[in-house]
Amino acid sequence: MYQGIKISGFGGQGVISAGYLLAQAGMMEGKEVSFFPAYGAEMRGGTANCSVVVASDEVTTPIVTSPDTAIVLNEPSLAKFEPTVKPGGLLIINSSLVNSKATRTDIKVIYVPCNQVAGELGNAKIMNMVALGAFAAATGAITIDAIAKALPKVYKKLKPEVIELNVKALKRGAEFKLN
Amino acid sequence: MAEKKLMKGNEALAEGAIRAGCRFFAGYPITPQNEVPEYMSWRLPQVNGAFVQAESEVSAINMVYGAAATGVRCMTSSSSPGISLKQEGISYCAGADLPVFIGNVMRGGPGLGNIAGAQGDYWQATRGGGHGDYRTFVMAPNSVTEMANFPHKCFEVSFKYRIPSMVLADGIIGQMMEPVEFKHPEVDVKTLVEPDWAIGVNGGRAKRIVKSYDLREGYLEVMVNERVKRYKQIEASETLYEEKMMDDAEIAIVAYGTSARVSVAAMKLAREKGLKVGLFRPITLWPFPKARLVELSKRVKKFLVVEMSLGQMVEDVQLALNGRAEVHLHAKPGASVMTADEVYRTMDNIVKKGAKEYAAAK
Amino acid sequence: MQLLNKKPESLLDVKMHYCPGCGHGIIHRLVAEVMDELGIRSRTIGVAPVGCAVFADTYFNCDMIQGPHGRGPAEATGIKRAKPDSIVFSYQGDGDLASIGMAEIVHAAIRSENITVIFVNNAIYGMTGGQMAPTTLIGQKATTCVDGRTAKQAGYPIKMSEMLATIDGATYLERTTVHTAPGVLKTKSAIRKAFQNQIDGKGFSLVEILSMCPTNWGTRLDNPSEATKFVAEGMLPVFPLGVYKDACAADKK
Repeated sequence: MYQGIKISGFGGQGVISAGYLLAQAGMMEGKEVSFFPAYGAEMRGGTANCSVVVASDEVTTPIVTSPDTAIVLNEPSLAKFEPTVKPGGLLIINSSLVNSKATRTDIKVIYVPCNQVAGELGNAKIMNMVALGAFAAATGAITIDAIAKALPKVYKKLKPEVIELNVKALKRGAEFKLN
Repeated sequence: MAEKKLMKGNEALAEGAIRAGCRFFAGYPITPQNEVPEYMSWRLPQVNGAFVQAESEVSAINMVYGAAATGVRCMTSSSSPGISLKQEGISYCAGADLPVFIGNVMRGGPGLGNIAGAQGDYWQATRGGGHGDYRTFVMAPNSVTEMANFPHKCFEVSFKYRIPSMVLADGIIGQMMEPVEFKHPEVDVKTLVEPDWAIGVNGGRAKRIVKSYDLREGYLEVMVNERVKRYKQIEASETLYEEKMMDDAEIAIVAYGTSARVSVAAMKLAREKGLKVGLFRPITLWPFPKARLVELSKRVKKFLVVEMSLGQMVEDVQLALNGRAEVHLHAKPGASVMTADEVYRTMDNIVKKGAKEYAAAK
Repeated sequence: MQLLNKKPESLLDVKMHYCPGCGHGIIHRLVAEVMDELGIRSRTIGVAPVGCAVFADTYFNCDMIQGPHGRGPAEATGIKRAKPDSIVFSYQGDGDLASIGMAEIVHAAIRSENITVIFVNNAIYGMTGGQMAPTTLIGQKATTCVDGRTAKQAGYPIKMSEMLATIDGATYLERTTVHTAPGVLKTKSAIRKAFQNQIDGKGFSLVEILSMCPTNWGTRLDNPSEATKFVAEGMLPVFPLGVYKDACAADKK
């Protein structure tokens, strides 16, 4: 198993922390992992992205240029990363903010209304968890359980009830399946 | 086994230096190495060490020059433009035989360039960089775990041979997170013997002078030649490299740092398609593992140098092989990273071109 | 016969290279006498500059370090932070401190580094052969302003003590001179105070000392009074003597 993942969205959508969380969860599950955030000037507003690799064997390059999965949380990210997904790969689109549809037919696509689901759960900040839940369910690269266990390692100051809410968001995300 | 920890390359470099006995750090903010001084600023006081945010890189290297002269294990770090500013000080450290440890987390250049990862400082790091005849011990990590463990080796070599040492990483290795493993036992600084050249509270012994000059006729030559002897010892004893799938390789990729990571992916791709490719990764860039390359050239006749620069390390490979084998180059300057696919295609071309030439010769 | 004045222990009995009439020899002796009197020689580290005093590392009888031009305060910072029990002084000229090393001296003061700085101001580059210094007076001739410094072409002489006095971190700043005997005595007490402050952990102290350079000023070597006259009539009006900052005295009030 070798999953190269690209996560992209506006600064503030939790792109970087979602990537960090995936890597942490993968490591705790005994997998080889790497996490590489776009940094510096790119972090000051605009679009942020990161690369995550979760693998059963050695991680080669930490920079994911042809992702097995791309998670796009805003419109510009769809335009930028849809063309890079490996044929047969997966594209997860935050349909709350992205109005366009995917144009490629050689990849799998899941539309997840991340902001809407997070709003229903009462906390807009956890929209990134909804996307991760969908990713976990669709790829099996990582379990919802592992992500839940990694949460307190990454968000050290979160109260237990907020962690619980994050787990709920992961589970709601997992309900969005391929058509 | 201790619990695995996910760590950023830059933080691992800082923590690794502290575990190797570093007790003084001076630095100046520059992307993409900011996590090093940030980490040092709170971590060093925990171990009774001292941290100073200097007014410039020039000042930072000179603070380290002063601290190193007292025999304390000390470090400064920066990224490409800042390392340029430190060159004068590094030359003085070399001239005064001071064991300073320097981290360079390379970004794009020349000039202000950009803040993405690059490998354009190879020449600067391995050729001296500053003025005068001197060498710096240079190690090139390709993982967060190597970032964590190379400071140990650097301090060891620096103190044994009295030479500045450098970890030459690229911005990607500095910024990425990976599970980290600290392989060396933590150095207990209380057990370190004060060197017999260190200045400090002298308790009545004869005075000591730390300096890089000797204006008396003929004396500088003696001073430099004595240093050259130590350089030769380092070349003989401290050269490090790694090989992957070289046993049956017909093409050897030569790459370090992030380029080596991409090259492993390219190698796997090539092996799937039936090309017998191996990887030769220099771990010390100076001393460069020349002798091993020569040995390999007895059976490997094609070498492909892959680097995120315009073709710098390739010169060392050519110098080492001296015509014994073909040396090809896959260069990616301007702070962008080659993809595994691109490297594979270059290899494929080399093989096809070789086959065509072979057919033509027939 | 009675020996009234022997060489200080903190100064080695070696031949100095300074020119006739130069002030460095006097100032070296004053620093050495203060080290003797305070009993700090065995824990003092001196930082030698680039410039005429580069060989100070061979003259003082304490551990010494010599590094890049102007970076003395940075080296002193590293030494003091690495070895807080040591006494560290940086000995610098005006080219070293007020030109190439401006950032280092200003920021050492800003951080209130607990070090002592001996700043010798003779308004000229000595070692390199009489070029214009940042402290060269308007109208004063130098090899890079042969008709005399003009404000239009090279601006004005920098008054370091006045400038450093604006910095909160500076503890003690005094400008003295060695062109007269009373000036020498006053300089010694200023140097003493600058070292005592460090011993007491009070922070950044600097003594700016006006000094003679007959060789590069072009004053007569066989008549030292020409050089002392230049200090009195040329330098003193531009660089008035006095205490520019004394945070220790302010504490007492």
